[in-house]
Amino acid sequence: MAIEKEKLLSMFRTMVRIRRFEERVSSEFKAGNIPGSVHVYIGEEAIASGALAHLRTEDYIVSNHRGHGHLLAKGGDPKRAMAELFAKKTGYCLGKGGSMHIADLDIGMLGAAGIVGSGIPVATGAGLSAVMRGTDQVTACFFGDGASNIGRFHEGINLAAVWCLPVIFICENNLWAVSVPTSCSLAIHDIADRAAGYGIPGVVVDGQDVMAVHEVMGEAVARARNGGGPTLIEAKTYRYHGHFEGDAGTYRPQEEIDAWLKRDPIKLFQEKLLEMKVLTEEKAKEIDEAALAEMDEAVKFALESPFPRPEETLDNVYA
Amino acid sequence: MAQRQISYREAVAEAIIEEMTRDDRVFLMGEDIAVVGGAFGATKGILAAFGEERVMDTPISETAIVGYAVGAAMTGLRPVVEIMRCDWMTICMDEIVNQAAKMRYFTAGRPEMAMVIRTATEGGIGLGAQHSQSFEAWFAHIPGLKVVMPSTPYDVKGLLKSAIRDPNPVIFMEPIILYGTSGPVPKEDYTIPLGQADVKREGKDATIVCWGAVTSRVMNAAKMLADEGIDTEVIDIRTIRPLDIEAILASVRKTGRLVVAHEANKTGGFGAEIVAQVQEKAFDHLDAPIQRVAANDVLIPINRNLELMVLPREEQVIAGVKAVL
Ligand SMILES: Cc1ncc(C[n+]2csc(CCOP(=O)(O)OP(=O)(O)O)c2C)c(N)n1
Repeated sequence: MAIEKEKLLSMFRTMVRIRRFEERVSSEFKAGNIPGSVHVYIGEEAIASGALAHLRTEDYIVSNHRGHGHLLAKGGDPKRAMAELFAKKTGYCLGKGGSMHIADLDIGMLGAAGIVGSGIPVATGAGLSAVMRGTDQVTACFFGDGASNIGRFHEGINLAAVWCLPVIFICENNLWAVSVPTSCSLAIHDIADRAAGYGIPGVVVDGQDVMAVHEVMGEAVARARNGGGPTLIEAKTYRYHGHFEGDAGTYRPQEEIDAWLKRDPIKLFQEKLLEMKVLTEEKAKEIDEAALAEMDEAVKFALESPFPRPEETLDNVYA
Repeated sequence: MAQRQISYREAVAEAIIEEMTRDDRVFLMGEDIAVVGGAFGATKGILAAFGEERVMDTPISETAIVGYAVGAAMTGLRPVVEIMRCDWMTICMDEIVNQAAKMRYFTAGRPEMAMVIRTATEGGIGLGAQHSQSFEAWFAHIPGLKVVMPSTPYDVKGLLKSAIRDPNPVIFMEPIILYGTSGPVPKEDYTIPLGQADVKREGKDATIVCWGAVTSRVMNAAKMLADEGIDTEVIDIRTIRPLDIEAILASVRKTGRLVVAHEANKTGGFGAEIVAQVQEKAFDHLDAPIQRVAANDVLIPINRNLELMVLPREEQVIAGVKAVL
């Protein structure tokens, strides 16, 4: 089915915004403004942007350590996100969580995570909750190829399948879990094949092609909303940076990196949109400049925001 | 009229039924909890009362059971899940420690993390080393968790109702040996606040602080000591975290002598925390070094006689009290 022009542009805008956000994260990290460890989503933007174009504000997402893209694509605020990365009081977690713990309940973002795979059963719980409360909310759960090897993947997806819950499990297979390639961690080619073990549909999609992601997610969301249960989507992708900022990523062969850089999801989509005459060079430039300006604002906001006061350390441990 | 007597396990079920009736966001999940009513019979009759939409048997997935509860709690429900044995809480420690306990802190205090994890704890019935342990000290170590271990049918009903109403994750530990014990339990609705100790016996010579299954043995010991003219005060803390340290301090200020008794292993047990707090806050009131009475630092043997050797009995409590006099 053809995607409306506005939707195409909106997905493009989301991808560009994520890219520009992450580039600023990378440079601000180098500048020493961001404590802790951060994992950027550069190279994988098409997945969150295409998938979450189907979700409503009240739908849920469960994210992981590489979560800034998921947050922004769900409608998160780059200012509060950047402020959180800077550990400022105006951040999503009041400066106490950092990159791996951002959550925004107002937009159904149930949290990034510092523990690989921890979000999978949580997403099943959110799906169960939607059914029990009689809503038609769906939950999208993002995790990596590495997480697909942890026990919770099995427990979380199995019960979502048994109970036919409205959850879409999206495995972002960027071929590496830190320094371990999937060839050393999986005896199968496609993680989506594991869906058969749970009796649910498993779909492989080109994670660099936002329209392809949009299409498979559309089917999965429709199935979930109509009581058809979960889907496992495996998006083949690549992270352009090291595992975390500061990781040189020397374990990856240069030819592999070069091949994937040629398939930059933003470049591919821009070419496609130009060809479809949905976008012009000027419009593309305008979108990019707006994104740059927005992220400048976000960094400015983060820089100017106060740090939390020491006594605030003790807040929110208990209700 | 004599007060109604029911068993500990019936009191658990009654508390859950009352709370499920009161609040339709409360629901149950766990292994074998629905159709058969729990491995120890503590959820019997609940499926029949509320149906399978709110009482769900899960696969054997301890990790995920707690994970499902986190997701459900974050999105507005109030799950009460059961991990059959405390020993297997090891399997879901990440969900408890890194997910449930931390969600509010990360999200600027937004979600009510109203969830209860019930588990059968402690030993005494010959189940051996992987079915008899009690990890209250581990959970009490984690900010963001509340930890409760009631020792009577009356307490378990009132405390479980409070735990279900509490907006924080609560680890609710039910000593396995107590399920069959009976006691007076009002039919009507009542709650006992979390964090409130129970002075079970007043006395002036020494204070014995305890919780869980050892409490009844401590009460027996106190009677035996009374026969010898030694007048002990017995405090069941009931809630491990938050700890009612004020009740303990008030008693220690009066008696000047303290024994802490629990069934978990001595090394690193929660008794050590109580000893530390009392010496910090009431050192000048102490007339003798504090004694701990706890399980020997070994695994729980399957042999009944050996198990009795490991777990603290009246004899050790009496020796503990005599050591502080
Ligand atoms: C349970 C757990 N084990 C290990 C880690 C350390 N760690 C963080 S990210 C990561 C790799 C995750 O790989 P993947 O799931 O493929 O996601 P990607 O980083 O590739 O997006 C590892 C091993 C962790 N955070 N949690």
